[in-house]
Amino acid sequence: MKPAAFDYLQAATLDEALDALHEAGGDARVIAGGQSLVPMLNMRLARPAVLVDIMRIEALQKIERSGGDILIGAGVRQAKLEAWPDLVDRLPLVAMALPWLGHVQTRARGTVCGSLAHADPSAELPLSLIALRGSVHLRTKRKKRTVSAEDFFLGMMATDLAEGEMIEAVSFPARADGTGYGFNEIGRRHGDFAITAVAAVMTEHSASIAIAGVDDRPRRFDVPLPGNSGLDDALNEIAWDLNARDDIHASARYRRELVRRLGRRTIEEAAACLA
Amino acid sequence: MNELTRPQSLVGQSVERVEDASLLKGRGRYIDDLPTRRDTAYAAFLRSPHAHAEIRAIDTDKAKAHLGVYAVLTGEDVASLTNSLVVGVKADVECWPMARDRARYVGEPVVLVVAESRYIAEDALDLVEVTYETLPPVMDPRAALADDAPVLHPSLGTNLINERSFRYGDPEAAFEAAAHRISITTAYPRNSCTPIETYGVIAEYDPGEDAYDVTANFQGPFSIHAVLSRALKVPGNRMRLRTPPDSGGSFGVKQGVFPYVVLIAIAARVADRPVKWIEDRLEHLTASVSATNRVTTLEAAVEPDGRITALSWDQIEDCGAHLRAPEPATLYRMHGNMTGAYAIDNVAIRNRVVLTNKTPTGLNRGFGGPQIYFPLERLVHKIADELGLDRLDVIRKNLVPSDAFPYRTATGALLDSGDYEAALDRAVTKGGLGELMARRDAARAEGRLYGIGLTAAVEPSVSNMGYITTVLTPEARAKAGPKNGAQAVATVGIDPLGSVTVKVASVPQGQGHRTVLAQVVADRLGLPLSAVRVNTELDTNRDAWSIASGNYASRFAPAVAGTARLAADRLRGRLATIAAAQLNVTADNVDFADGKVFDRGNPDNSVSFARVAAASHWAPGTVPEGTGQTIRETVFWTPDELTAPTAEDGINSSLCHGFIFDFCGVEIDRDTGVARIDRYVTMHDCGTILHPGMVDGQVRGGFAQAVGAALYEEYAYGADGSFLTGTLADYLIPTVMETPEPVILHFESPSPFTPLGAKGVGEGNCMSTPACIANAIADATGVEDLTLPLSPSKISALIHGDEKPSARPKNDAKPLKAREGERALSGEGSAEVSATREDIWAMLLDPKTLEAIIPGAHKVEKISDTHFRADVTLGVGPVKGRYRADIELSDMVEPEAVTLSGGTEGALGSGRGQGRITLTATENGTCVSYSYEAGIGGKVASIGGRLLDGAARVVIGQFFQSLARYAGRGKAAEAPSTGVLARLKSLLGRRA
Repeated sequence: MKPAAFDYLQAATLDEALDALHEAGGDARVIAGGQSLVPMLNMRLARPAVLVDIMRIEALQKIERSGGDILIGAGVRQAKLEAWPDLVDRLPLVAMALPWLGHVQTRARGTVCGSLAHADPSAELPLSLIALRGSVHLRTKRKKRTVSAEDFFLGMMATDLAEGEMIEAVSFPARADGTGYGFNEIGRRHGDFAITAVAAVMTEHSASIAIAGVDDRPRRFDVPLPGNSGLDDALNEIAWDLNARDDIHASARYRRELVRRLGRRTIEEAAACLA
Repeated sequence: MNELTRPQSLVGQSVERVEDASLLKGRGRYIDDLPTRRDTAYAAFLRSPHAHAEIRAIDTDKAKAHLGVYAVLTGEDVASLTNSLVVGVKADVECWPMARDRARYVGEPVVLVVAESRYIAEDALDLVEVTYETLPPVMDPRAALADDAPVLHPSLGTNLINERSFRYGDPEAAFEAAAHRISITTAYPRNSCTPIETYGVIAEYDPGEDAYDVTANFQGPFSIHAVLSRALKVPGNRMRLRTPPDSGGSFGVKQGVFPYVVLIAIAARVADRPVKWIEDRLEHLTASVSATNRVTTLEAAVEPDGRITALSWDQIEDCGAHLRAPEPATLYRMHGNMTGAYAIDNVAIRNRVVLTNKTPTGLNRGFGGPQIYFPLERLVHKIADELGLDRLDVIRKNLVPSDAFPYRTATGALLDSGDYEAALDRAVTKGGLGELMARRDAARAEGRLYGIGLTAAVEPSVSNMGYITTVLTPEARAKAGPKNGAQAVATVGIDPLGSVTVKVASVPQGQGHRTVLAQVVADRLGLPLSAVRVNTELDTNRDAWSIASGNYASRFAPAVAGTARLAADRLRGRLATIAAAQLNVTADNVDFADGKVFDRGNPDNSVSFARVAAASHWAPGTVPEGTGQTIRETVFWTPDELTAPTAEDGINSSLCHGFIFDFCGVEIDRDTGVARIDRYVTMHDCGTILHPGMVDGQVRGGFAQAVGAALYEEYAYGADGSFLTGTLADYLIPTVMETPEPVILHFESPSPFTPLGAKGVGEGNCMSTPACIANAIADATGVEDLTLPLSPSKISALIHGDEKPSARPKNDAKPLKAREGERALSGEGSAEVSATREDIWAMLLDPKTLEAIIPGAHKVEKISDTHFRADVTLGVGPVKGRYRADIELSDMVEPEAVTLSGGTEGALGSGRGQGRITLTATENGTCVSYSYEAGIGGKVASIGGRLLDGAARVVIGQFFQSLARYAGRGKAAEAPSTGVLARLKSLLGRRA
């Protein structure tokens, strides 16, 4: 369990990082918190020629308001976001989801954007971004672009990131008045990857849920308001739509059961939070 | 009898552990911390990605030529310098530590590289090419017994390596006369107790003396030392084995390091320098040792009042790919205790030991206990339910009566002491079973799912070295000569200034031996705890030891600590004689306390301990004649009760027998199926308690591991033999978040057979708790047929009834699903492309096209018209691996249909698949339809199981995606976008 040889570059500026990514092309990987990448390196599942460390880049360390969004830089660790004083007020859903994300120790190292770039289908932050309809700010040496969460997550550990491109920041839409949120997750143990995680966003007139751990990426659906007789049927169809898989931890059928049951519970909690 | 009131003695008090100050400050000296010689090299293993495969060829040339590599060894190289390891029974089969012509489990060592660093060694592993020819694996112990099952060892001709039947009392008559016959069949899963520190070996070879010097975190039993020297073809005195000062846990598992001792010793010999190997976590989970999995059918003959008059056991024990000594010990360790805590006179047992394509088994905390108590205690629960009796009453009615001790069980154990009924009553009262029942009633009244489980168990400790010979027939035993006993050894030494050193051959793994031995010896010599220092390192060339040495079978407190007391007593007797002369009293009036030796009748008439102790060093001439020295005393102790098996196969398999009674309340969330342990009460009678804090620590630790076995942990294998739990993200050890604090109660019935009255307590909850939790879940769900670990997904299947179907037409929402019980993936799809069938047909036969459409192909080589070979890089996200792929075309119907079969092999694992492509002419071109089945094994299956199926679909999809693109720059029907799969769908018009 020792990695194959690689070059390591600690970038001092964004330009330096982008130059390195540009030069190395597909052989380079950005390393931020390293909570997913380092185990993959050690197992030799990933064998990048160059690692570009972005954690010393001052410009990527910010959490700031930008219009109705909260902009979080690629160097922001999960623990820093968790400790951000405005979190519960501005991003209540993320505040609910973060304690489920690994452990105190992994959050102390892992970054918000690193989790998005890794795109694990069970992960809480991609789920939250999909649920809130946020977007990701990408950048290469030559250009910048912003991609909606819906278009960013393409599948199992697959994103819209191109060669030479990195995440510069992510935008989470901040809480709007009259919105309620709910979050629930079932994993085997505390801190494990979710078998199924559900995030719900409610207003007086609309309800939506987003689901992780079932399909090969987090998915978001509009659903009838709770109290509406159609909710259970809608959740059932969502459950069947999600290409649930069997693995050693849970059957596909159990995942669908959680979509139905945890889905309803989460929507009801979001509704209660609205009231 | 029970309350601890020994204010003056250290024994019985929770004194501060002498180990902790250094361990808690990171000053422990584990094997990986030990200094090594400057020229030490490092080893790494290439391991089989296949559960069952012939090894056709191994090309090590490139690895040998790699800079920094000192040696590359295959199984044949190792075999040329060694003997086969000892097999646990007499059978025509060999057992090599590294695969030779055949690999029999995923993770089996195939090639060993020695290099300047572990990094370079692992680089070199990537350069080794092994050609395998895979064989069908057999994974289930029942399936292994089928006539047409693949046979692991051709020389054996069968997978059934040992079978014995036993009969005690008159079971046939008892079943005949019984009012009821009630039975249960259980499959106990594979799991392990998983120490935080993995295996480690540092070996040197001295060609001048043809001698090996090995440091390994081996824990015993030192009977294995004989196995090692035999394998290495040297006398025992040229196989020096040493153990490090500290251990990061073992729970029995470190016994399994011994095959690696052979391999690293040989590596050191071939590389001509010291070699060090530290096992990594993937290696440990995949291929260290596991507990056995066992399929048991247990039937009871039962009276109308619940009295059990006979038991009939049918056990199929799965020891994995090789029966390594001391296996099949897991099956026989409990042989004297097959009636548990109950008085049952008639017992029939059929024991079969089978081999399957799984990691060989070995010692594991609880050793054979959970495999017995799960069916036994589930059956007792079931008997009560079927007969409409109170479960507690059925347990109580069958317990060994209080006045029957010492009690000889039907199968030969001598239960040393106890009062099971009184202990049970105390647990019920003090633990609040009545309140728990009320809590269950209240929960059920609210519609919640709540159950209570009960379990009684006997916890054996101090194994009889002869129990394993029960596997032999009485005739074979008579021929081989008797084996029995349990030699424990302890040395107490006193230095010229009167401080005391204790040395035992026990090899602790964190239990606190140094503290307890200091307590025991300090008490006997009237010294403060700090005056006694304990060394627990073991060196077979220097220390006193026996084949029974080591730390296993919960033998420390009853056997080893007791032997230390005997050694201290001997010195004390001599010191008393010396002091008597100095104090002018008789020796029987001499007492020891507070660092002084004094006249009991006149405590002021005293002399310091140091002064008495100094006599043997400074003035041996003053020591009264015939007293002997007081410098150092070594005692070997073996209990008389541990006799060899009788001619009738009766075996007192262990010296001591503790008693356990557990009960618990478990609530199950109706929506999620998550089981929560609401309250757990565990009553232990482990005889005299030497250190209450450590006894409770043992109970807590065993309990946590048992919670793992009950709800979380399983060494899972796919039907294809893939190992699926190679990381701690998939092998789920419960954390403090998942493990409730048990209520621990005690009852003390000192053992009459041990010097201190102590019994073992290290393994009890590993035996009792899995059954107790399962009984509670059975009570909550009303389902009897339960298989551990009881994950929420499994419980959901028990409580959620039929699934609500989709309201929409079926094929619109069919989930992707592997076939039942298989790890194979399957899928299908179609795409319409603007090219003719003939064009597409030609493309499929053209290496250039294949190069373009096989994902990540570097070079496609045409072997024949229908056989292609390619180097490919496959991956998803950051995961990338290079593979050799073989692709063959068959069942060709030009230009309509063709079958593509392929296999890939690479460092990350292997894949195998088959796809049928059908070409149908349409208005705009051709409809390409495909269906496939694929399976993935090897390292990537072991570590990426959760993501693997999805990732594999992506890779397979890439192939067809490219085919469609290449064929027609595909015009594709729109489909709803759902990630990569859906992108494929949209490209290929997939209808799956």
